[in-house]
Amino acid sequence: MLEIKNLHARIAEDETEILRGIDLTVNAGEVHAIMGPNGSGKSTLSYILAGKDDYEVTEGEILFNGENMLDMEPDERAAAGMFLAFQYPIEIPGVATMEFLKTAMNAQRKARGEDTLSIPDFMKRVKEAAAHLNVSMDMLKRPLNVGFSGGEKKRAEILQMSLLEPKLCVLDETDSGLDIDALRIVSDGVNKLRGPDRAMVVITHYQRLLDHIVPDVVHVLSKGKIVKTGDKDLALELEKNGYADIINAAA
Amino acid sequence: MNANAPIRNTQAESDLIDRYDAAKSALAGSVAVSALRDSALGQIKDKGLPHRRVEEYKYSDLRAFMKSAAPLATAADSAAVKGVLEASETFGDLDRFKIVVANGSFVAELSDIDALAAEGVSVSNLADALSGDEGAQLLKSPKTGPNDGLVALNTAFVQGGVVVTVADGAEVSKPLELVQLATATGAQVVRNKITVGKSAKLRVLESFSGDTGYGEINTVFDYDVADNAHVAATRLITGKTESARLLTTIATLGAEAEFKSLGFIAGPQFVRNQQFINFTGENSEAKIYGVSMAGGRDLADQTLIVDHAVPHCNSREFFKTVLDGEARGVYQGRINVAPHAQKTDGEMMTQALLLSETAEMANKPELEIFADDVLCAHGATSGQIDEDLLFYLRARGIPEDEATTLLVLAFLSEAIEEYGEDDVTEGLEQRVRDWLAGH
Repeated sequence: MLEIKNLHARIAEDETEILRGIDLTVNAGEVHAIMGPNGSGKSTLSYILAGKDDYEVTEGEILFNGENMLDMEPDERAAAGMFLAFQYPIEIPGVATMEFLKTAMNAQRKARGEDTLSIPDFMKRVKEAAAHLNVSMDMLKRPLNVGFSGGEKKRAEILQMSLLEPKLCVLDETDSGLDIDALRIVSDGVNKLRGPDRAMVVITHYQRLLDHIVPDVVHVLSKGKIVKTGDKDLALELEKNGYADIINAAA
Repeated sequence: MNANAPIRNTQAESDLIDRYDAAKSALAGSVAVSALRDSALGQIKDKGLPHRRVEEYKYSDLRAFMKSAAPLATAADSAAVKGVLEASETFGDLDRFKIVVANGSFVAELSDIDALAAEGVSVSNLADALSGDEGAQLLKSPKTGPNDGLVALNTAFVQGGVVVTVADGAEVSKPLELVQLATATGAQVVRNKITVGKSAKLRVLESFSGDTGYGEINTVFDYDVADNAHVAATRLITGKTESARLLTTIATLGAEAEFKSLGFIAGPQFVRNQQFINFTGENSEAKIYGVSMAGGRDLADQTLIVDHAVPHCNSREFFKTVLDGEARGVYQGRINVAPHAQKTDGEMMTQALLLSETAEMANKPELEIFADDVLCAHGATSGQIDEDLLFYLRARGIPEDEATTLLVLAFLSEAIEEYGEDDVTEGLEQRVRDWLAGH
């Protein structure tokens, strides 16, 4: 589903090099975790996948279901099935959450040549998904993410993910700012979306999230490169010993 | 520079001066009105049209914009008026009363005079009133800016308009649209005097339809809001036109009164929407809103002076501007607080969103406070669309133009929604979408 080959990237504004040759293949049905210390390039990788133009790819390629992802606009990537759950979901004053959800769902359907949703159909989907994630109708009436608590913002991200039914879900530190209960609700929401046709990339600092969302593969990112790949036990090992051993061994 | 040096008249000024004598014989007015017209023309002769060296017009140089002055529009044929009226799409199918002024003159047969009379609203022809004993009183406007050039131009050439009087206690059940339309090209100079009696309630819609060619529209709405009366006035200044739209509101508020207005600008090349709000009684409130959109090389100017001459009054000014291309936006807002106008609460905010690198916004909020126990605040911002917001929406599959529309609409809707006249909100928001799609 996702093939990243020798990806090098830098910050467009000051040309700071962040990614230094990433190779990563994620197949449909798999969940990959990417762990790594601060500044290793985890969030940059997620933004580049979503198409943020603050970064410049200097070498390498990204194939998404065989297509060159770097040629696609952010909205084209979303319509093709890419979804990024933001680490810091943005507050958008004046745009009601419901209006936003309807616009996004219909824009993606339109881009794929599907019919737009009827209002009752749309409402039914939203209500169902919201109930699972403990998102109140009151929250949905408010402007998008405005005045939402940290936990509410993360639940709203997963709500969007459930409704948009992406093929590739990239979760950027979805666990940050969550208490234990919220972490369980969010993880359950994510696990419900696991399936043979869908792939996930879970970016996190902590092993804690991976107790709930159990990964098939764990990668360690350091200084813009994947320095070690293993199964879920690698995350446990990191939790116990820290990053230093692995990073030093790789260097 | 010698301030007293006679000016060299521009083509437009010469046109106006040359045409005045002939025009005047056709214009209504008592001897006293005639004298007021002469004196107003004298001001145009001496000072010219408002231009950039006059502080109030620094950013909106009408003198430079008007290459020539069109003759006044001539009387309209009733069938033609009906045609333009039916074709106009001002406030959609909103249930409302209408008063029609065409080519500068009141059209009684197309106005809902009887229905309004049943609601306690009397409507008469301003041109008739100007010939009567009280005629001059109608043109002696209450306080405006210092010898405002547009009002002077209006006084010199005013063709007609309406005198609307709402009886004490009347709560008019539907909005009243003052429709100003053109069936032929030419300048329109109109004055409407709206008197709202004690404890009365009136919602007004002000609209302009039809093609005036290169003829400017100069209209003064003079509101007299009595004690405890409530007025909301929604002004729609739309449509592509190469001629100037010069609009003035004068509102004089008694005690415990409320005056709300929204000036909505989308389309014309040169718009000056100016308002002079005067508090004369205590415990009153004015809420003045503006929504401006301009593209190409157009100018949208919202100017106001709120005069707190008495204590215990509140005013809120909230203006939003969206500019594209090489358009220019102007906001000049001044809150005056007289020395004894204690406990005044004034809050002014102007915000602009620039969609291009070449658009320009002039924000000039001013407070002039002589009292020592007041709450007054002002703020001004100019910025671009937030790239992070845009990226977030696009990352959810919303294409860039649609995402921009969502964000611009969200930005402008803040003012439209705070204005709070719910039955016009949807229509105005649709106009924002249409403007974004087609400007």
